[in-house]
Amino acid sequence: MSLDYAQFALVLAGMLLLVAAGGAWLNRVLTSPTHGLAERLTYRLFGINPAQAMSWKDYGLALVMSNAAMMLLGYVLLRIQGWLPFDSLERPAQSADLAFNTAASFITNTNWQSYSGEASLSNFSQMAVITFLMTVSAAAGIAGCAAFIRGLSRKSSHDLGNYWVDVTRATYRVLLPACVVLALIYVWQGMPQTLASAVDATTLEGLKQQIVMGPVASLEAIKHIGTNGGGFFGMNAAHPFENPTPLTNTLHMLAMFLIPSALTYAFGSMLMRRRQGWAFLAAFLVMFVGFLCVVYHAEQQGNPMLTQAGADQQWSALQPGGNLEGKEMRFGIAQTSLFVAVTTAATTGSVDAMHDSLTPLGGLVPLALMMMNDVFGGVGVGFINLVSFAILTVFLVGMMIGRTPEFLGKKIEAREIKLVMLAVLAHPFCILGFTALAAVWPATIASMNNGGPHGFSELLYAYTSGTANNGSAFAGFNSNTPFFNTTIGLAMLFGRYFTLLPMLAVAGSLAAKKSVPDGPGTLPTATPLFTGLLIFVILVVGGLTFLPALALGPIVEHLLMSAGQWF
Amino acid sequence: MIHTHTSRHLIRPALVSAVVFMLVTGLAYPLLTTGLAHVLFPAQAAGSLVGQAGAWQGSAVIGQDFSQPGYFHPRPSATSAADPADASRTVDHPYNAALSGASNLGPTNRKLFDQVSARVTAYRATNDLPGDAAVPVDAVTASASGLDPDISLANARLQAPRVAHARGLPIPRVQALVDQHMTARQFGLLGEPRVNVLKLNLALDALAAQPAASK
Repeated sequence: MSLDYAQFALVLAGMLLLVAAGGAWLNRVLTSPTHGLAERLTYRLFGINPAQAMSWKDYGLALVMSNAAMMLLGYVLLRIQGWLPFDSLERPAQSADLAFNTAASFITNTNWQSYSGEASLSNFSQMAVITFLMTVSAAAGIAGCAAFIRGLSRKSSHDLGNYWVDVTRATYRVLLPACVVLALIYVWQGMPQTLASAVDATTLEGLKQQIVMGPVASLEAIKHIGTNGGGFFGMNAAHPFENPTPLTNTLHMLAMFLIPSALTYAFGSMLMRRRQGWAFLAAFLVMFVGFLCVVYHAEQQGNPMLTQAGADQQWSALQPGGNLEGKEMRFGIAQTSLFVAVTTAATTGSVDAMHDSLTPLGGLVPLALMMMNDVFGGVGVGFINLVSFAILTVFLVGMMIGRTPEFLGKKIEAREIKLVMLAVLAHPFCILGFTALAAVWPATIASMNNGGPHGFSELLYAYTSGTANNGSAFAGFNSNTPFFNTTIGLAMLFGRYFTLLPMLAVAGSLAAKKSVPDGPGTLPTATPLFTGLLIFVILVVGGLTFLPALALGPIVEHLLMSAGQWF
Repeated sequence: MIHTHTSRHLIRPALVSAVVFMLVTGLAYPLLTTGLAHVLFPAQAAGSLVGQAGAWQGSAVIGQDFSQPGYFHPRPSATSAADPADASRTVDHPYNAALSGASNLGPTNRKLFDQVSARVTAYRATNDLPGDAAVPVDAVTASASGLDPDISLANARLQAPRVAHARGLPIPRVQALVDQHMTARQFGLLGEPRVNVLKLNLALDALAAQPAASK
């Protein structure tokens, strides 16, 4: 068991080492004055001037329009898949509502999948649609975050940088080099990377086994570095081809952490406030470790129902024990619990176990982490969410001590608070509104795989995952119906752009303000006290908003499970 | 409509960027990686296949179904396949490597209890265990992928006497083979100790072929 804790410590230590290195690198990429050859060529093709400064409106518009064009291209490619050659398995094109859902899902970095990868997509689509959208959505997230940080760091300026430059550099200098290296390590560990679609084998007992494969490693690398999460295969990173060894599982987790945590460091560097970056990282860490403890304990404790059926869930030197339904042997309880917490804290949505089969409290953890949406957050956006909570904290504390709130030397006024509240409220409004609508929708019951409170948890999980742009699922739930494809597709779009755009507006508004020197009434925001207050505000706002919904799902299910009631 | 001018200005870069990034990140990057992978790690890149070209026996990282008493049995698998009789329905098809799948049964689902109870009874009967023997949890729960290649050491050791009996081998010989084929924690730390079922069963077949070859 002590080895379990050692694995947790190793991953967190690995992450901290990567923070400084990755953060310094990201900072250089985002502030470098020179353009590479490939980049200059790209700008010429785009027909843009890389020196042009953009206001928050221009920046946001460029982001939305390029994303719209990419989503459209992805949609078209999915719809014509049936006409394209080279797929030996001749997989047909996706239907209109499914292709909309898929394109919306991947451009928003959500990676919710209403389809099963190996059955629905050709190798061409896995590369030219999925790998493509995974990369550009991550690049757009980094760009959005870069613009946001510039807004906070600049004084009396309307210049948030150039979107095309940020997105091109994030792709060419950060994502692609890191992905090639990581993909090759993955192949070394046993992940396929081939253009063949399938191999037919005859097992030792003489049965036929068709083994589907493809360019898996290149997709897995960007899937985790870009905190995307959509699987090549239906069962995602639980599939041995997507995650062949405990080392690949560990690298998946470090890759998911890489950019979100490096952004906090880059933030500190760009603002010349290193301590502020560490204060945010500390807030991330405290919440993360707390939730990890809950899921690990719940899963190792196991399910009393399995013991009653005659299964031995006790940990021993010969077996990991615990609740192994929907889990893989090579990961056991420790690597699985860690992955559950990381994938929802970093809003990736990659899964190495079936969340639907987690114990009730184990399943509460990914739900809660996605509801708070900012424990680490996805590439770029999670950090932006954390800052919105930081501004809210400054405001609430300012109210308590009767001073004008200030954040990073800028006065926080009515306009910023309104925009922050829009971003903070859009998230629960979207999750709870759609869940309520679906709960009264007559056809919903037919989509549920489990009865009782667990059925409600499946529904709540679907919209939480969509809105938080996570993409993991209580996967027994059948979301491939026109109603769910459309509403979850909308939830993904609202969740992405109604938090990203208001916060870009905040950045634009703060950039235009004069800087005020710290006075005796200023609340310092790089202290343990502030970190504590920030965690408190996140938990109280998150808790108060979502607690009733959680009580109807996992909490009541936990009580019923303890009382031995089944459905 | 304040931004009409700007947005018209943005149409070309938006459309061109979609095509350029599709070509660079969606084709050039995966194809370059494929090329490098085939030079550096050809066996893994092709799926870690076992056997000979044209007569593949499976993949070393993908589990396969075993039910004969002379082989070690893998974990339960919840994968399915289209019913050959009626394509609109699906039937159970364990270790279907063309469509991974899990049960996704929740912790308070009665079906889960029924399935696990039935597997516990069957496991005790197959391995000649007493009626109240606790069965390792991995032997009676479906994996996440339905393609889990591994079982726990506890599970393998309980199956060894049955396999030894079916093959006419001494039990210690089979137990020793299990211990030889234990995959330790990676770097002594990561993951769980486990046994790859396909590799162990291949070793059993090799053991059976050995005396014949030496004559």
